[in-house]
Order: sequence, then structure tokens, then C-alpha cells
Amino acid sequence: MKRKEKINFKSASGAAYFFLAPAVTAIFVFFFIPVIAAFFISFTDFDIYALGDLSTLRFIGFNNYIELFNDPLFWQALKNTFYFVFAAAPLSIAVSLGAAILLNSKLIKFKGIFRLSYFIPVVTTLVAVAIVWRFIYHTRFGLMNYFLSLFGINPIDWLGDPDWAMPAIIIMAVWKNFGYNMIIFIAGLQNIPEDLYEAASIEGAGGFQKFKSITLPMLAPTTLFVSIITMIGFFQLFAEPYIMTQGGPLNSTLSIVQYMYQEGFRWWNMGYSASIAFVLFLIIFAGTLIQFRLQRNAA
Amino acid sequence: MKIKLYLTIILGITFYFYSCSSEKEDTTVIKFWAMGSEAEYVTKLIPEFERKNPGIKIDVQQIPWTAAQEKLITAFASDNTPDACQLGNTWIPQFASLNAIISLNDLIQRSDIISKEKYFEGIWETNVIFKNEDSVVYGIPWYVDTRLLFYRKDIFKKAGYNSSPKSWHELYDLSKKIVALFPGEEKYAIYLPTNEWNPFVIFGMQAGADLLTDNNSKANFSSREFKTGFEFLINFHKENLAPKGFAQVTNVYQAFAEEFFSMYISGPWNIPEFKKWMKDDLADEWMTAPLPGYEGKYPGVSLAGGSSLVIFKDSEHKEEVWKFFEYLSLPETQIEFYKLINNLPAVKEAWEDSVLKNDPYLEAFRIQLDNVVPTPKVPEWEQIVFSKIQQYAELAARNVLTVDEALKRLDEDADRILEKRRWLLKNQK
Repeated sequence: MKRKEKINFKSASGAAYFFLAPAVTAIFVFFFIPVIAAFFISFTDFDIYALGDLSTLRFIGFNNYIELFNDPLFWQALKNTFYFVFAAAPLSIAVSLGAAILLNSKLIKFKGIFRLSYFIPVVTTLVAVAIVWRFIYHTRFGLMNYFLSLFGINPIDWLGDPDWAMPAIIIMAVWKNFGYNMIIFIAGLQNIPEDLYEAASIEGAGGFQKFKSITLPMLAPTTLFVSIITMIGFFQLFAEPYIMTQGGPLNSTLSIVQYMYQEGFRWWNMGYSASIAFVLFLIIFAGTLIQFRLQRNAA
Repeated sequence: MKIKLYLTIILGITFYFYSCSSEKEDTTVIKFWAMGSEAEYVTKLIPEFERKNPGIKIDVQQIPWTAAQEKLITAFASDNTPDACQLGNTWIPQFASLNAIISLNDLIQRSDIISKEKYFEGIWETNVIFKNEDSVVYGIPWYVDTRLLFYRKDIFKKAGYNSSPKSWHELYDLSKKIVALFPGEEKYAIYLPTNEWNPFVIFGMQAGADLLTDNNSKANFSSREFKTGFEFLINFHKENLAPKGFAQVTNVYQAFAEEFFSMYISGPWNIPEFKKWMKDDLADEWMTAPLPGYEGKYPGVSLAGGSSLVIFKDSEHKEEVWKFFEYLSLPETQIEFYKLINNLPAVKEAWEDSVLKNDPYLEAFRIQLDNVVPTPKVPEWEQIVFSKIQQYAELAARNVLTVDEALKRLDEDADRILEKRRWLLKNQK
């Protein structure tokens, strides 16, 4: 065990504060102040009239939040967002893990090319991708329905059918994002010492057993990181439905962030929009806490 | 490498300031914001203006249509508004209620070039807002648009119609006949996407609906008149005369060329596009027509659209801006602008020019523009139509709600949006 060195706490902390100052100032000015301001705005009816003449601003207490809980569109958006997160996040993590294990195998050649091609969707502009996928999902001329027709499946109106629009967006989002997590998983896999597997082989463990008893536990910290990052990212679903469906059909792909954007920047109901933002913040915060707890219990 | 970069930046900055300060003291620079391709083409009209008016320079800045409203409101919130700007005429109520733009009444009074009679009445109306019992003109129409019927002549003939439908009844009858021409195929008569609110409002207004009542502070969509128009259009969806989803049609022009539908209610911006897509033997098979009317009125009214020119309150060069507006409103300039970009002139005199007279597609617009009405001029209107009317039109078209339920809930939602306006009206008294 290393012995702790004695350091001069006073002068060291002074220097630390000095070095931290620029970052802390920036975070304070560009993060905390706007957040606090938004928090106050969420208790007012700040709108276009208030923007023109501040005297029309009314302090309305929890009314925005009460109205929010009575707003069917908000519940619809919340439901859609949860649907998206709980379907797309596990799927995306599973696909990334699968791809990472395959690419980490000794049997694969040209690993670099595969890694690159799986990673390309991550760095491609989302807007361009979404527009291309709109064509892929086209009912009459789309590639997707063409493939399905090879198996004798009738064409699906992917983006026009309220039941299919969200699955369509989930498929696209998983395809777009799995490369990023895959790279992180590959890094995690490479950190697992080879001798563990060798020892297991000597003991007569099969492939699945090795995966269950070595790979998964050794990857636990990576998985925690990946699932939190993915969850936070997916709760903020916005651009995909914004470009592909504008929230439709029948609001079946309207996400919380999109609803917040519409209320705030399209209609200038800033007060109402800020209250949506805080509800979303609480949800993500709770989600992260739960994940930490689960992971700790498992470990 | 880095040093070179820094040097370039420093030199650049120095030159910039140098060129700023060396500009003649007596030159007034007007900051003018325009949107999309208008910004691109208006610059071609500017040299002529600057030649005639030495001492005034116009600095045009382009802002994209999709982000225009946000940019303008953000500019207002941060006191960075330009001197003048192009504004979609349905946005005028918002900027007027923000007190961001000024009344042009006095300037118009003194002007020889700009006066009300020179413009289409319905279009001019969109710029007028009643404020404290006075009617205040906030904008000058720059170019105009409205929606009317684009149709396939060949399909109409096959369905037994030699001209466009004149009444609601004919429109419905024709649609039935068009669909009957293609048994077993997925073809429709008319494209009425629920993410375009305009036709729903147009048909409501044709039936005589008063959309908002009580000084525009109470929704009135459940009225018998609005319901008549709304239900008429919803039935096209229910009876499969119009395609239900709008994702089905990724390219409107291609779908029109393929007879996927044969009618579309749209505006002049689509004329060049249809010309491009309706090629070869299809080139002569499409036409424009004024909208059919309700109960013997023909043509039926449509909505007054287009863009207006406005002056911002904080501008220090209002007189100079006005000179520029007058120049843009001359019939010659309006015709020149039409030739550049195909935006329909707002000044009626410009329509006498042969370029416009000889275009067969424009005749219907000339007729329709004399039959246009403004929508309610309140800042909340945009939110009501874009988020609520479209939402409930979709719910009704897909049969999730009955027309009565949809309109009742539309009223409730619109009333909630108008709550602040009612409060303001009550407190002002």
C-alpha cells in the first residue's frame, strides 16, 4: 500500500481554485444562471405578450405544472418518449455489445474496415440520415418494403401508420447510434485479461458460460456507463421525429423535447416550455439514480 | 502555420475597421433582412436604387424561412433588430403586439407612390390592425400569394369535366368520378394533407364562419358554418377521395404527374415546380383555377397571403427605409422582381404588364386575388392553426374523433391559448 504524502493543503487548494476558476465561472454563467432563470420562468406565464411588455407577465405559481399534468398532449409525448427509451436503449446496447464481441473475435479479418463502417452512421449528420431513411421507409418505393416483399410481407406504411411510426424511428435510431457504444464496448473487452478465458477453457467452460461468467461481469462498469449515456441521449429524442414525421401521425412520435421546443420556440410560451424542461430533467435524474442503484445491487 | 493564421485574422480585422471608418460620413446604411431566395434576388434591384439615391446604402441579410420567426423575435429580445424587414403577413399581429414595428399611417399619407387603392383589398387588410379604436397599417404588401386549385386537365376530361369545378357539389361529384376512373388502383382525386391547415380554414370561411369572436378572444370553431366546411373536407378523407397520411406523398409534384391525385390546393410558389415536373406530353395537361364556391358564389374566397415590408421601432433611418419601400413598390420594380423570382406583384398595376398577362397559369390568381380574406389578426392565430387545427383535422380524418368532438376540443384548446388575450382585454378596459 502506498503511503499518503503530506501536502501543504492551504497553498495547494489555493492553486486548485485558481485552476478551477475559469471552468467554474463558465459553468456558472452559461449553465447555472440559465437553469435558475428557467426555473423562475416556469412559474410565470412568460409569452410573446410578456416579451413585448414585461408588465403583462403574471406570476402563476404551479399553474404551468398543473396544466401540464392535465395536458393530454404532454402525456402522449411522455408515453412516446418512454416507449422510445425502453425499446431503443436496450436494443441499441444489445446490438452494440453483439457487434463489439463479433469484432473482437480472433476469427475476424479486416477489423479496421468493419469498425469504421459500423461507426460511420454515428458521425454522419443526423438530418441527412433522417432524410435518407424517409426514402427507405417510403410505402411504395422504399427499400424496406422491397426487402419485406421478398419474404411475401405486405407493404407497411412505416411513417404514416400510427402503430409503425415509432418502431420505424427506433430502428433508425438504433442503426444510427450503435457504433458509438460498440467502440466503448470493444475498449472494455480488450481490457479483460486473456488468461481468465484460458483458465475457463481449461476448466471446460463453453462459449456461453464464458460470456455469462467472465465477459458480462468484467464489462459491468462499461455497461453502466453506456446505459446511462444512452438513456440520457435517448430521452432527448428530437431530430429524428422532427425531420421524419414532425411528431405525427396522430402525435405518435411526438417526443418530450420536441413538445418543449414547439411550445417554447415556435409559440413562445416560454413559461410552459420551461416547466416541461424541468419535468424532463427530473425524469432523467431519477432514471440515472435508479440505474446506479441497480448496478450497485448487482455488484 | 499558426502564426500565418493569426496574422491573417489580425489583418482582416484591421481592414474591416479601416473600411468601416473610411466610409463617407453622410452615407446611411440600412439593414434589411429578407428571407430565403427573396434575399438573394432583391440584391439585384438594389444597385438601381442606390444610383437614384446616393447617400443610402442597403445592406441585405439573408435569413432562412424556417428559422425566420425565431431569429426575428430573438433579435427583438436582444435589441438587435434591423431597420427593416420582410415579414410573412400572418406574422404582423405578433410583431405589432410586441411593439417591435411601427405604424406606417403618416408615411402612407405623405406618399405619392404607396396608397391603399393600388393594392388588392384583401391583401392590404392583412396589414391593418385595430389598436385603441384606430386602424393602424403596419406593413406594405411586397408580393402576394393565395391558394387555389391546381388540376389535371386530362383527368378532368376523362371524368367528363371540361372546366374546373365551380361549386362544392361539383368538386365532390368530380372527385367521385376521378376515383372511379381507376378501379382497383390506389389513386385519389385530391390531395388535402392534414399538415396544411389552410384548406380547412378556407372552406370554413367560404361557408361563412366567424372563426374567433368577442374581439378575437374566443374560439368559434363549433359554429354551424365552420363545421359545414370542415366536415365537407374531412369526408374526402373518409370516403378515400384523398390520401390519409402525408408521409405517403414524399414528392407532391411526382405524385401529381403520376395521377396519384389530380387536384391540389396550393399557391403560386408551386407554378415553377409543376412546370418542371410536368414535362413532355404532360406539359399541357395541367392548369390553375379559382377555388369553387359555396352555394352559388363563384369564385369562393381564399386566404390572403404573401409578404409585407415593415419598419422596426428602433430604426434611426425610417425616412430612408421608406424611400426604399417606395422604390420596391413601383410597378416597374415589382415587374422586375417578378421576372427574377416569380413572386406575384402586390401592386395591381404591375399585373397589366404582358409578362404576367400572357402567363396562362396566372389568370386564375388574378381572379382569386380579388377574392381573398385575411385570417384573424391576433398573435395566437399561428399557434391555433399550426398546432391545433392540423391536429384535430388529422384526428377527424382518421376517424379517431367525430367531427363534432374534434371541433369541440379544438374550441377548448384554442380558448386556452387565447386566455391571456382575454385577460389583457379585460384589464385594458
